[in-house]
Amino acid sequence: MEAKRNHTVLITAFCLLILFALAVVLQTLIPASSSWSMLLTVLQKGAVYALVAVSMNLLNGFTGLFSLGQAGFMLLGAYIYAVLTIPVADRAGVYQYYDGGLIQFSLPWPLALVLAGLGAAVIAYLIGLPVLRLRSDYLAIATLGFAEILRAICQWDKLGPITNGSNILRDYPRFSAMSAGSISLSTLAPVVIASICILFIVLLINSSYGRAFKAIREDEVAAEAMGINLFRHKQLAFCISSFFAGIGGAMYAMFSGSVQAALFRSSMTYELLLIVVIGGIGSVTGSVLASFLYIACSEWWLRGLDSGSFLGIEAPGIFRSGFRLVVFSVIIMIFVLFFRRGIMGNRELPDLFRRRPKSGKEASK
Amino acid sequence: MEFFNANLPYLLSGISVGGQYALIAIGYTMVYGILRLINFAHGDVFMVAGLMMVYLSTAVPIYAAIPLVIVLTVLLGFVIEKVAYQPLRTAPRMSVMISAIGVSYLLQNLALYITGGLNQNYPALPWISDTITVFGAATKRVTVITPFLTIALVVVLVLLINHTKIGMAMRAVSRDFETSQLMGIKINRVISVTFVIGSFLAAVGSMLYFSNYPGVTPTVGAMPGLKAFVAAVFGGIGSVPGAVIGAFLIGICENIIKALDTILMQLGVIQSGLGLATFSDAFTFVLLIVVLVAKPTGLFGEKATDKV
Repeated sequence: MEAKRNHTVLITAFCLLILFALAVVLQTLIPASSSWSMLLTVLQKGAVYALVAVSMNLLNGFTGLFSLGQAGFMLLGAYIYAVLTIPVADRAGVYQYYDGGLIQFSLPWPLALVLAGLGAAVIAYLIGLPVLRLRSDYLAIATLGFAEILRAICQWDKLGPITNGSNILRDYPRFSAMSAGSISLSTLAPVVIASICILFIVLLINSSYGRAFKAIREDEVAAEAMGINLFRHKQLAFCISSFFAGIGGAMYAMFSGSVQAALFRSSMTYELLLIVVIGGIGSVTGSVLASFLYIACSEWWLRGLDSGSFLGIEAPGIFRSGFRLVVFSVIIMIFVLFFRRGIMGNRELPDLFRRRPKSGKEASK
Repeated sequence: MEFFNANLPYLLSGISVGGQYALIAIGYTMVYGILRLINFAHGDVFMVAGLMMVYLSTAVPIYAAIPLVIVLTVLLGFVIEKVAYQPLRTAPRMSVMISAIGVSYLLQNLALYITGGLNQNYPALPWISDTITVFGAATKRVTVITPFLTIALVVVLVLLINHTKIGMAMRAVSRDFETSQLMGIKINRVISVTFVIGSFLAAVGSMLYFSNYPGVTPTVGAMPGLKAFVAAVFGGIGSVPGAVIGAFLIGICENIIKALDTILMQLGVIQSGLGLATFSDAFTFVLLIVVLVAKPTGLFGEKATDKV
């Protein structure tokens, strides 16, 4: 048991180190003009999506709560972060329709990042009070509804002095502006933040709380009979998931450079859900892999499908704007219908390095 | 009286939108009653019906386009069920729901690809798009027709469910899936019929809806879809009359909220507009949450008992 644990820690640490080194080296090696610079975008955006996908997996895959509120909590995180960190000098410009806005201070970005998570968690706690008592599919609709309500509130004209109404928020600290001396940290920063958060989620899943979550997923009645307080544990999972979704939202804001409530539609939640499904419901590694794959496909590899030529085939008539998303949705449907277990099933990274049992047990599963 | 006259258009359009939601909500409530599946793709079937009309009306005369759209929409609903839901019949419910979300994503992206994301102008349908005046308020004829057409369709549907063999089979399947299978009911046929009816009503609903709102965009189905689902929950999921009442209520409330600023100002409660119209969509979900917390079975829903 002890040896197995050491093995796991070693593999995880090794993979993380490679990822970090990659982020730094690639950042310095790849010139901004080359087509490989897309790789950096993929790493940055992929890290953000990975964190949110894992946080969603914590709810949907590990606790068995089918929640569709992720975009709402991302929205909260992004707004809290942006509102708190816009430099005072720039506020007049950003809040031009609201006389410079109400808030006249700005916080350092790490503090705002944590507050973004906490804000989302507090709202999640309040939402959870009524909603978490509902059955599975009603829960999905109710959380989806709350995400829409949050979006409506953020766009409300009367809150304009704080949220800037339906106008965009910008000029806050971003990843692309971060550097240590002469080395740009615009890729390393999101990768490191996402890694720390995901590591925390993994530790949580492997703790006694995590085991309680899984027990609830398998059978609520049995879990309750074992002495697990159902509501408290559901509430805990919901808040923690929302906390990281909030941080993920703030990171999304830091990545994209501007925030607007209209971005965080329910289609964003669907996208995340489909990432989780492709990765394998119940596998953190799967969610991370699927996020990077998804972003790489949509931002980089399949770009050609939208712009006329793909894999050397020139067909501007078919390969026009939007075709990429069609191909995407077909791939997703194939996964949903034929590979329901996703890329990883419920296996994790260290399982891949372990020798398979010789009998066909694993294969027949 | 003056107050009534000033706000009549809101009430009228509320009733009309309510009727259109009702036609969509029936599709949700019937599918949920039988499969226990929230058919997320239903709103997009509604959108696709709108798009088909846009494209078909340029190719064939409008009198031919209307039945053609209905037939094609029914076919679409039938195919979706066969391809995306039937293979997952024994899978966990979450998988089927994810499949429904996948279908919705696919339909939206297909529509985005075909239309190029541009707003497509809906053709004016003969007779129902004409402008008439009701109590001095100018409106399209569709506004007045919708509630009557909706109620007529619902009456036919309720008769179908209560007095025909297939209706009896539907009721049996929604009561107990496995037992009805043992009794010799062909489950797949019943489910197909359910989807056919749902899609037919969605096609009719889309014609009425888009005659009022001239544009069709790829995401236009999502919101009415969700609202229709809320209507179905409100009325008690599985109950057709419940869904209709819920839909009318949501349609009316939504339009009143859109006009709430002006109404409150007329009454002298507030001095300046509060921008409450932003919340017309959010209100639906507030209603949903209140209903789910206070009476989870809805107005006419049957109490479900959980077996261990």
